[in-house]
Amino acid sequence: MAAKNKQPVVITCAGPLNGVASGLLTWVDQRFPLMSNWRDHLAEYYAPKNFNFWYFFGSLAMFVLVLQIVTGIFLTMHYKPDASQAFASVEYIMRDVWGGWFIRYMHSTGASAFFICVYLHMLRGLMYGSYRKPRELIWIFGMLIYLCLMAEAFFGYLLPWGQMSYWGAQVIVNLFASVPFIGEDLSILIRGDYVVSDATLNRFFAFHVIAVPLVLIGLVAAHILALHEVGSNNPDGVEIKDKKDAAGHPLDGIPFHPYYTVKDTLGVVVFLIIFSIIMFFVPEGGGYFLEYNNFIPADPLKTPPHIAPVWYFTPFYSILRAAPPMFNSQFPGVVAMGVATLIFFLLPWLDRSPVNSIRYKGPLFRGAITIFVVVFLILGYLGTEPTNVWGQFGGWLGNADRATVVARVCTIVYFLFFLLMPWYSSIDKCKPVPERVTC
Amino acid sequence: MSDQDVDKCKRGFLVAATGVVGGVVAGAAAVPFVGSMLPSERAKAAGAPVEADISKLAPGEMKIIEWRGKPVWIVNRTKEMLAGITKNNSKVSDPKSDVPLQPDYAKNEFRSIKPEIAVLEGVCSHLGCSPQFKSADAKSDMGMDWDGGFFCPCHGSKFDFAGRVFAGSPAPVNLKVPPYKFVGDGKIIIGDDSKGA
Repeated sequence: MAAKNKQPVVITCAGPLNGVASGLLTWVDQRFPLMSNWRDHLAEYYAPKNFNFWYFFGSLAMFVLVLQIVTGIFLTMHYKPDASQAFASVEYIMRDVWGGWFIRYMHSTGASAFFICVYLHMLRGLMYGSYRKPRELIWIFGMLIYLCLMAEAFFGYLLPWGQMSYWGAQVIVNLFASVPFIGEDLSILIRGDYVVSDATLNRFFAFHVIAVPLVLIGLVAAHILALHEVGSNNPDGVEIKDKKDAAGHPLDGIPFHPYYTVKDTLGVVVFLIIFSIIMFFVPEGGGYFLEYNNFIPADPLKTPPHIAPVWYFTPFYSILRAAPPMFNSQFPGVVAMGVATLIFFLLPWLDRSPVNSIRYKGPLFRGAITIFVVVFLILGYLGTEPTNVWGQFGGWLGNADRATVVARVCTIVYFLFFLLMPWYSSIDKCKPVPERVTC
Repeated sequence: MSDQDVDKCKRGFLVAATGVVGGVVAGAAAVPFVGSMLPSERAKAAGAPVEADISKLAPGEMKIIEWRGKPVWIVNRTKEMLAGITKNNSKVSDPKSDVPLQPDYAKNEFRSIKPEIAVLEGVCSHLGCSPQFKSADAKSDMGMDWDGGFFCPCHGSKFDFAGRVFAGSPAPVNLKVPPYKFVGDGKIIIGDDSKGA
């Protein structure tokens, strides 16, 4: 790539600035590390030149985060976190506030878009071994972001105070109540009442608009700082820092700005086209993004005939439902669900393969990851449906629901993907890894 | 000051002591914050007993009333429903109601004071959804051996008309029976079982 520039750095990077502006820049730079940050994180952050389609989703997730924060701020200007007014205030935003429907649909569609981006971003990491040494901390920060995001989505879903809001919160808070010994008190502490009520709504609002977003932004910063410390992985999983030119820049690296800023901008444009189509024409996402029952005000006395979480939680919800109760407690299901989420943290240490990328991993790992994705999708689908969706087996299987049996098998496979990974990743027949990135 | 002049041992002690004292103070300061998340006095006071009129509750009918923000079901059980409960003894996980989820006066075959009147908290013992009334006619949904009871839409738990959970359901234990008592003229008080006037 470009040879090292010998000119004073401020002028090169600032581009065609006139005298006053460059004077101002110098003044700022003497007081604040503006240009050095610009260089470290954009102009002279060397990223591998072979990023492909999958590398859009990190920057897209960040874009959606900004979208959610901005739309969220405007929603709070009209929303009332009060059990007697919340539902009506959301409808007020939808009907009477100028542009309110646009902002609200952007926020609700954005929640699903956020999870789509994050899931694809995680799958990317899984495929190319982006979690492996020396990127373990990036992965851990990323997982913490994911957990925060789940909390954020859960707290936010209560706010419209519809039937699904109410009963979803009821179920999730009761998950905590099943913790042995302290569970009952813990759930009361979370709700601030003996049932989901105004107190619960009010505090979930506080968590949703202040507490979790602050943590989330901090974690995103840590995620990126850690990434820029060790450098980005790439579809070949080879370390670009191993081969450098005379100026010390990776031979296979290109500056993030302008190359990837332009690429990511294109990604944002395409994303916004798809996003707008959904937002304008199918904002409810066929009942998957905004559930129909949530357009009915919360009724503490009546559970809707079929309740399911929003799609992004359904794989874990399926696992919860699949686990049978033991010792007079549903705690095993809750543990299974918790472990299913947290087990991702261990990936960097479970993968014993000599290579990073799926391109050079052997048939065992490729097969395992394919099965895992399929199982994850089946669990996700089953979580949106009632347990009797596929009918029952005959008497020879004790009239068990077919869907429950399938979910149990999938749950076992889900865990085996992780638990057997140290074994199948180490005996796998890997292909030779190239010295430098291909294409 | 050069490094040789430093008493590292003393410095370590001071750092640790500051850390411990600071930690204790921070922990103490957290108490009112955590405490503020507990139910307020107003929320605690909202648990008063409620009265329901069951004089017009026809056999086979169910009435839902709100007590402490939760649904409480009152079912006027017919003879067939009671017979169904007896038939289910072998299929439910806790037929004798050994798990203490009911007042002592309701620890009996039908989990009630009067056999025909069932009073149950309509909150699934699994994760708190409110199950639905499914009569014995709902065999197409519930399977051919269904004698009527309650079905939780959230996770598919099944209960009989005494609120006893069928073995194999996600729900681990029976539905709760709240404290209640009958007062003259077909009235029932939920949340209070004290004797006397």
